[in-house]
Amino acid sequence: MTPIFYLLAAVTLAGGLAAVLLKHLVHSALAVTVAFAGLALLFLQLDAQFAGFAQILVYIGAVAILIVFAILLTRGSDLPKDGVFSKTWFLGLLIAAAVFAVLGWAVLASVSAIPQQNTLPSVTVHDIGNALVGRYVLPLEILALLLTAATIGAVIVAMHEKVRSR
Amino acid sequence: MTTPLAGYLLVAALLFAIGLGGALVRRNAILVLIGIELMLNAANLNLIAFWRYGPHPEALTGLMFGIFSIAIAAAEAAVGLGLVIAIYRHTNTAELDKIDRMKG
Amino acid sequence: MQVQLYQFNLASIGTPPQAWIVRWLWLIPAVPMVAAGIIALLKQAQKRLSSALAISSLSFSLLLSLIAFIHTLSERKLFLYFGLDPMVHNTVNFAWFHFGATRVDLGWVLDPLAAIMLVMVSFVGLLIFIYSVGYMAHDENFTRFFCFLSLFAGAMLGVVISNSLLLLFMCWEIVGLTSYLLIGFWYQKPSAAAAAKKAFITTRVGDIFFFLGIVWLFSSSGTLLFYNRGFGSIEPLSLAILSTQHAGLGLSAAGAIALLIFAGAAGKSGQLPLHVWLPDAMEGPTPVSALIHAATMVAAGVYLVARVYPLMSAGAPPGGTTVALTVVTWVGAATAVFAALIAVAQNDIKRILAYSTVSQLGYMMAGLGMGGVAVGMFHLITHAFFKALLFLGAGSVIHGCHEEQDIRRMGGLKVDMPLTFITYTIGMLALCGFPIFFSGFWSKDGILEAAQHSAAIKGPFYLLVFGALLTAFYMTRQVCYVFLGYWRGRETAHESPKIMTTPLAILAFFAMALGLIGTPAWPWFHAILEGRAATFSWHGFAEPGLGMLMLTSSLVVFLGLGLGWRLYGNKSPKPEEPDALEKSVPWLWGPLRDRLYVDEFYDVTVIAFYRWWARVADWLDRRVWGGIVALVAWIFALWAQLNRLLDVNWVDGGFDKTCEEISEGGGLLASIESGRVQNYLRILAVAVVALVVILFWSSRP
Repeated sequence: MTPIFYLLAAVTLAGGLAAVLLKHLVHSALAVTVAFAGLALLFLQLDAQFAGFAQILVYIGAVAILIVFAILLTRGSDLPKDGVFSKTWFLGLLIAAAVFAVLGWAVLASVSAIPQQNTLPSVTVHDIGNALVGRYVLPLEILALLLTAATIGAVIVAMHEKVRSR
Repeated sequence: MTTPLAGYLLVAALLFAIGLGGALVRRNAILVLIGIELMLNAANLNLIAFWRYGPHPEALTGLMFGIFSIAIAAAEAAVGLGLVIAIYRHTNTAELDKIDRMKG
Repeated sequence: MQVQLYQFNLASIGTPPQAWIVRWLWLIPAVPMVAAGIIALLKQAQKRLSSALAISSLSFSLLLSLIAFIHTLSERKLFLYFGLDPMVHNTVNFAWFHFGATRVDLGWVLDPLAAIMLVMVSFVGLLIFIYSVGYMAHDENFTRFFCFLSLFAGAMLGVVISNSLLLLFMCWEIVGLTSYLLIGFWYQKPSAAAAAKKAFITTRVGDIFFFLGIVWLFSSSGTLLFYNRGFGSIEPLSLAILSTQHAGLGLSAAGAIALLIFAGAAGKSGQLPLHVWLPDAMEGPTPVSALIHAATMVAAGVYLVARVYPLMSAGAPPGGTTVALTVVTWVGAATAVFAALIAVAQNDIKRILAYSTVSQLGYMMAGLGMGGVAVGMFHLITHAFFKALLFLGAGSVIHGCHEEQDIRRMGGLKVDMPLTFITYTIGMLALCGFPIFFSGFWSKDGILEAAQHSAAIKGPFYLLVFGALLTAFYMTRQVCYVFLGYWRGRETAHESPKIMTTPLAILAFFAMALGLIGTPAWPWFHAILEGRAATFSWHGFAEPGLGMLMLTSSLVVFLGLGLGWRLYGNKSPKPEEPDALEKSVPWLWGPLRDRLYVDEFYDVTVIAFYRWWARVADWLDRRVWGGIVALVAWIFALWAQLNRLLDVNWVDGGFDKTCEEISEGGGLLASIESGRVQNYLRILAVAVVALVVILFWSSRP
């Protein structure tokens, strides 16, 4: 484990933790942006440059902004009266801990079975582009459809209802 | 020494757990969505890590999977947040405790 | 000199073909019964048709009876000519039913005894039927009367020709039934209904013993037929067995059975102590009294004893008699005197005649016991005629006096009702036994002679002579009260119509003429019944002691007539005045008038016992059996309550609770659907954890 890795991991995790623990929604949104950034850097460390930059573009560039907009539109800046955590927060915590325990145990128990490849593959954007329109053209097209449908759906769902004329 | 796969996987697992905890514990709908994004990201990390350290990285399978996942996550975030706004308009609240019309 | 008789068993010469009258003998009782059935279906208004049917059916029976009688006589002549035993019993027997190896046979018989009885019953019956048309003309239940009369006639004729003791018993019961129906004919009168019940129940007591006798006879001899070509129950073969079987109390089986059968006869013929129903039976219409309680039904008992006479006399030592016959004689003699005593002090015209009938029946029984079948039957036949005559005459008197029956309110009727007076006097003299010209003299004398000559039994003779005295006395009293003196009634009396007086005249003729066939000079009647030749010879009177006896009995009759005349004569005391005899011996009069307290005795003993028993039975029924029923009902009610509790609490409750719990459980499950998305997410996460654990756990090496 290289120190870079620990740093990046710490940043990401801190960002995530901060996102769920902070009271102000806007602070949470900013924290999650940090988490996204940390993840992007982790991708870069994993030699998945395209994925990393796509992460920055999409997540930080779009999703985070969306979140901020949503906070804006739902008056998220007003703090609720009863507190930000639900009444049964302990149970939720417990469940999350249980999930982590299981996943961690699964990982650690099966580490030896995973063959590890250390050689760096030569992955160029050219290869990715070839793959996209070659082998993965169908998923690409469907993804395009999906994105279209999602956009249209989001617009319709969030639109103001037209006032019906009497 | 390069970081072993297990490390990445553990970080992903922890991030996943954090995301899940956030989704379960917080009352605001947007924070639940933030938690879900974190979970998705943890899954992406898993994918990319497996691509890097798994067999045949030149097949680009994991990388493609991850990219597509990012794209879909974006779509899903858009729709989800649109829904939250719509619900806010109807019930004038974004707190999930209060939205239980599907009760019973 | 007697003709030597050769005893021939008919079986030894084979069975000759039977005369058609013997085969068709069953028509004689059947036709009136069928007529009764048809009359029962007619409407009340069809009076002429019902009486025509009844009279024609009985005329038909009379015709057949006469043919049967002539056949018997000619058969007798034939047999006597060939020197055979003329006492022939022509029988037609058939099996009724079998059970196992035994069988019960029925059949009918035609012999001299049956033939004589057939003619008497159908002839006297026919005369009374004709009389009833006039007597009952104004009664609205005319049709019903003739229906019952016809049924009675059929049943009585059935008793006469029956060859099986069982068939006889069945017809006997029908006779008793019709007697009940006819006594209680005017059933709206409570006294009539009570009298009918009394008659039926009293005769029933006798019938129970009769039935026991039947059963015993059947079990001992295996058959109930009288005559069955040597194998009948009263034929010598069977009697030999029965008279040697011992039955306790010093009796043989034959004697015991004979006594049981006599008990039935005693009930039907009104012997002491079962005589109490006969005087009360006068509640019925007068023709009923004449037919049933004078001529025929009461004679059925005497006829029964005559029929089973071989049984009664079985095992008699030579020169002596059996226990059964001794009992019959003493009961008869006692009854004769007892009833005659009571008759002296009665004031109802029919009641006097009723007690007279009881007394005369006693004579008949005594005659049977001491003198045999012929003596008793002769008196039965003559009595039938003159007693029917007396009853019909009394009916004519009652009718003429506008339904008055008390003799103290009559009188002087010899002027207003001359025909009735003449015929009634003839009947009365016949009953008293006035010498020579009246049949009663010869028949009663036959009995007295048998009593005198009876070696074993001495007492009855004196009793019977005393009874004759009393008979003359009370009949004179009655005639003086009714016909002599002056009229003490309300309206003037009138003579009865011809349809009523003609039978009286016919009967009066026979009351005188019948004596001629039974005199010692020409004992034709006795010869027929005893199976010997009858010759006319004045030497019959030359039997030792006969002249003395005839003189004695005549003197007794004159004494009685004289006493009666002296006390009652032409005087007609007012109804309120006490009777002449009562004035002289009041201490005697009282008990006699009160019928010697026999009814009261029964009331205190038997009736009281039955009342007590009825109360006990009622208590048992209500408390014990009713209690048990109530207890069972209570248990069931309790059980029902328990079931209800179980049902409501356990079954219903259980069911309801289960439904409630399911409902609650459903509610519980529904609470998972909180509508809150975060809760769904939690559940999902838990499920994922569980699945992963399962997956990894199961895939461990």
